[in-house]
Amino acid sequence: MSAAPVTARAGLRRRLSDLLVLRPGVLLLVTLLPPLAWMVVVYLGSLVNLLLYSLYGVNDFTGQVEPRLTWTNFAQVLTTPSNVDVVVRTTLMAVCVTLACALIAFPIGYLMAFHARGARKAWLYVLVLLPLWSSYLVRVYAGRLVLAQDGVISSVADALGLRGALDGLLRAPVVGGPSLASSYLGMFLVFTYIWLPYMILPVQAALERVPRSLLEASADLGARPRATLWRVVLPLAVPGLAAGSIFTFSLTLGDYIIPSVVGAPGFFIGQMVYTQQGTAGNLPLAAAFSVVPIVIVTAYLLLARRLGAFEAL
Amino acid sequence: MNATSSSADARADVPPAPTERVAVSLRDVSCAFGAVKAVDGVSLDVREGEFFSLLGPSGSGKTTCLRLIGGFELPSRGRIELFGRDASRLPPYARDVNTVFQDYALFPHMNVRDNVAYALTVRGVGRRERWRRAEEMLDLVKLSGFGDRRPAQLSGGQRQRVSLARALVSAPRVLLLDEPLGALDLKLREEMQSELRGLQRQLGITFVYVTHDQGEALSMSDRVAVFAGGRVVQMGSPRDVYEFPRTAFVARFVGSANVLDGALVGERPGRMFALRPERVRLEAPLTPGAVQGVVEGVLYQGAMTRCEVRVAGVRVSALVPTSAGVPAVGESVGVTWPADALRPLEDAS
Repeated sequence: MSAAPVTARAGLRRRLSDLLVLRPGVLLLVTLLPPLAWMVVVYLGSLVNLLLYSLYGVNDFTGQVEPRLTWTNFAQVLTTPSNVDVVVRTTLMAVCVTLACALIAFPIGYLMAFHARGARKAWLYVLVLLPLWSSYLVRVYAGRLVLAQDGVISSVADALGLRGALDGLLRAPVVGGPSLASSYLGMFLVFTYIWLPYMILPVQAALERVPRSLLEASADLGARPRATLWRVVLPLAVPGLAAGSIFTFSLTLGDYIIPSVVGAPGFFIGQMVYTQQGTAGNLPLAAAFSVVPIVIVTAYLLLARRLGAFEAL
Repeated sequence: MNATSSSADARADVPPAPTERVAVSLRDVSCAFGAVKAVDGVSLDVREGEFFSLLGPSGSGKTTCLRLIGGFELPSRGRIELFGRDASRLPPYARDVNTVFQDYALFPHMNVRDNVAYALTVRGVGRRERWRRAEEMLDLVKLSGFGDRRPAQLSGGQRQRVSLARALVSAPRVLLLDEPLGALDLKLREEMQSELRGLQRQLGITFVYVTHDQGEALSMSDRVAVFAGGRVVQMGSPRDVYEFPRTAFVARFVGSANVLDGALVGERPGRMFALRPERVRLEAPLTPGAVQGVVEGVLYQGAMTRCEVRVAGVRVSALVPTSAGVPAVGESVGVTWPADALRPLEDAS
C-alpha cells in the first residue's frame, strides 16, 4: 500500500527525465528560459524603453512627457552649443583614458602572460584585482585626496623640489586648474586608475593564448626582441586591447560620479543624464543623452572590426 | 664519381656526400631544468650537408638538444659551435639556423605570404623582393597560389609546408626540424618524408631532425644519434645502428629486437645478444639444431605475421612471412636463426 505512491512519484520523475533526455530541445528551453526572460524583459525591455523615451516630446507648458514621436531631444543634444560641448568633452576624455589604459595595460599584461610564473603571477593578479574589492566611491574619493591641494602628489612634489613643475602643469590651458583635484588632468588620472583593471585583464587574457612558440619562431627567423614585440606580440594583443577599450571607453562615457567628485566644473554626459532626469525632470532629454554613448561605441566597434581588430580571435 | 649537377639529378637517391666540414658541433653539452638534467654531457658533430637525426623516446633529451642548437635554451655546461664558431650564448636571432616547429608556430594574424616572408621582413628586404622570394618558396613546397590564405584556412599538411617554406626563405645553412611530421596521418607522413629528403638533397642544407619514429629516422637520415636519458647511447649510419646495436636499449628501441641471454642461444651465459624478429625462423618441432618453443600469440600484420613464442621461459618475437604459413596459438615449434643474426651487446644481464 505504502509502496504505491513512491513508485508513482518515481514514475513521474522517470517520465520527466525521459522527456528531458529524449527531447534535447525541451531541456535547452528549460535551461535557457530564465536567462532569456531576463534578457528580453529587463535588459532589452529597458533599452527599448530608453530609445522610445528619447523620441518622446515634453509639453513645454506643463513639463509632462507626451508619447508623441519627435526628434527635438536629439536636435537639442546636437545643436545646443553647451550640449555639444558636453558630448565632445566626454568623448575626448574617454579617448584619452582609453589610450592611457592601453599604454599602461600592455606592458603589465605582457609581463603577466609571458614572464611571471607561479606565486609571482598570482600576486600580480591580486594586485590588479585588489582595487575592485573595495567600493568604487571610496576609490574615487581616495583619488581626490591623493590629488588634493595638500594631497600626496603635491607634498611629494614639494619634497622633491618639483613644486614649480606641478604648478606649471596646472597653469596649462584646458587640462589645468587650481589644483589637480579640480582639473581635467586630475579627472583623467582618476578615470585611468579606476578603469585600468578592465583593460589589463582582457589584454592579459589575449596574450595568455599566444603560444610561446610564436615568439620563438619570430626570434628564430631573425627578429630581435623589439621586432618580435611590434610584429607578433602587439598584433596578437589587439583583440584584447579592443575588448578592454570597449570597457574603458563606454564606462568613461557613462560615468557621472567621477566628474562630480573630481575635476573641473564642465559637465559630462553622465551628469547631464543625471540632472535631466532628476532635478530638471526632462526624462526624454536624459534618454537622448544616454543614446549618445551607445551610438559612439557602436561606431567604434564597427571601425575596430573594419580595421581587423577581431581577425586574430 | 664526378657530381656535376646533371648527374646529381640523375642519381637522386644517392646523397651528395656530406663534406667533412662540421656544421654543428656539441662538446660535452648539458642542460638542466632545476634538478632534472634534460641533456647530460652530449657530444656530437653534424657535418655540412648531412641529414642527421636525433632519435629517442619522449623525455630522452632530443628536443632539448635541438632547442640548444636553435638557441631557445642555453647550455648549463659545454660548448655549442656553428661552423667552427662558438655559439653557446648567442640568441636565436643571431644564429644562422632556422627551425620548423612541431606545432608549426605560424603567425595567425598574417597570411601565408607574410608568414613565409617574415625572415625577410625583419631583415628589411623590400616588399617586391620579399613577395617574389616568398612565392618561390611556396612553389618549392608546392603551395603556389596559397599566399593570400590565413594559416587557419589550411590543413595540417599545408601548414607544415608553409612552416617549412618560412624556415627556408632566408637560406639558412642549417635547418632544425622538431618532429615536423608528428601530427600528420600515416599516408601524408610518408609523402612528406620523401619530399623532405628530396628537398634536403636539392638544397644541400644540413638538416638536424628530431623524431621518435625509428622507421622515419632510418629511412631519411645519413646518420642517427640514439638518445636515452639525456645522453647519446649510439651514433652511426642507420644501417650500423639497426644492424649492430650496442646496447639492449638501442636494440629494443630501434626495430624492437629480442634481447636474449647467452645461455638461451648457446653462447656465453651472462652476455646479452640482440636477435631481430625478422631473422627468427619457425620450423617444425624437433628440427635438428632448433630450440623448442610454444606459440603464445599470433598478430597478423598483412605481409608479415608476428608470432610470440615462449622459449625456456623467455618470450621471443618472430616476424614470419604470412604467405609461408603461420603456426596456431599453442602449437609447438622449433626456433632457429642464422649464426650471424646474433649480435652481442655491451650490457651484461
